[in-house]
Amino acid sequence: MMQQNHRGYNMSQKQLADWIDQVSFVLDDTLLYLDTHPHDQEALSYFNRFHQLRKEAMEEYARRYSPLTLDSMASCQDKWEWVYGKWPWEGGNC
Amino acid sequence: MWRYEKRLQYPVNITQTNPKMAQVIISQFGGPDGELAASMRYLSQRYTMPYKEVMGILTDIGTEELAHMEIISTIVHQLTKDLTPEEIKASGFDKYYVDHTLGLWPQAAGGVPFNANQFQSKGDPITDLVEDLAAEQKARTTYDNILRLVKDPEVCDPIRFLREREIVHFQRFGESLRIVQDHLDSKNFYAFNPSFDLPSSKSAGNCNKCDK
Repeated sequence: MMQQNHRGYNMSQKQLADWIDQVSFVLDDTLLYLDTHPHDQEALSYFNRFHQLRKEAMEEYARRYSPLTLDSMASCQDKWEWVYGKWPWEGGNC
Repeated sequence: MWRYEKRLQYPVNITQTNPKMAQVIISQFGGPDGELAASMRYLSQRYTMPYKEVMGILTDIGTEELAHMEIISTIVHQLTKDLTPEEIKASGFDKYYVDHTLGLWPQAAGGVPFNANQFQSKGDPITDLVEDLAAEQKARTTYDNILRLVKDPEVCDPIRFLREREIVHFQRFGESLRIVQDHLDSKNFYAFNPSFDLPSSKSAGNCNKCDK
């Protein structure tokens, strides 16, 4: 398994946003499968692998650009980052 | 409960407005087979499902449909952004504009407002899941119809993604129906309603697939 610690390290904002979309979609699709196949070991480990990749990517994105979730927001702020930047329907974070 | 993630499940970047198309695509927001109806249907049905896998799938697909509603709303918003009164008059979008300006309001293409009559939550797992299978096919057909009318690749791209998801959801509901039937007597699936005729603790009690 390749080194995954800094998967998003060299990516531009667009590339990182694309990467987040991709790993998140893997989770979205796999979780539906697991709902009806809760004991499928291969699907479980597939989910776990991408869950970790997404967590790292989300933290990287929040650190460099803006938080995509309230959970990934830094606790020290001088302004409420959440509302700033483009919202998704304005073309933001994609 | 729900939290919000500040991105779309699939990107939407439309650079050319088209209010005529917006008027059609809005059906997947507030129409009878649209994403909002789908979401409300599944999120309403989940409470009385007697099996955890099915509670799970209805919750998770119902949640994903909200994300799809957001994609459709974004498409409609970008197709109608900054329209001039002349463009509004020329396209026939004036009938919507007079009541909503450029605001998003859940209705079908023909003007029927979103309403709970667009879905059922019958409190019987077999009935509800068959309703859900039909709902996904109706949504798929609606996307097929949209793809025959729309040729702009920036619009077709997210629409094709949404259409594919309907097909996957259909598959998952089929599996859910199978799970329900596996718990019932194959000599008579309709002998009783497991959401009603058994106390809730008992209906999930003696199955070997459920989590404790």
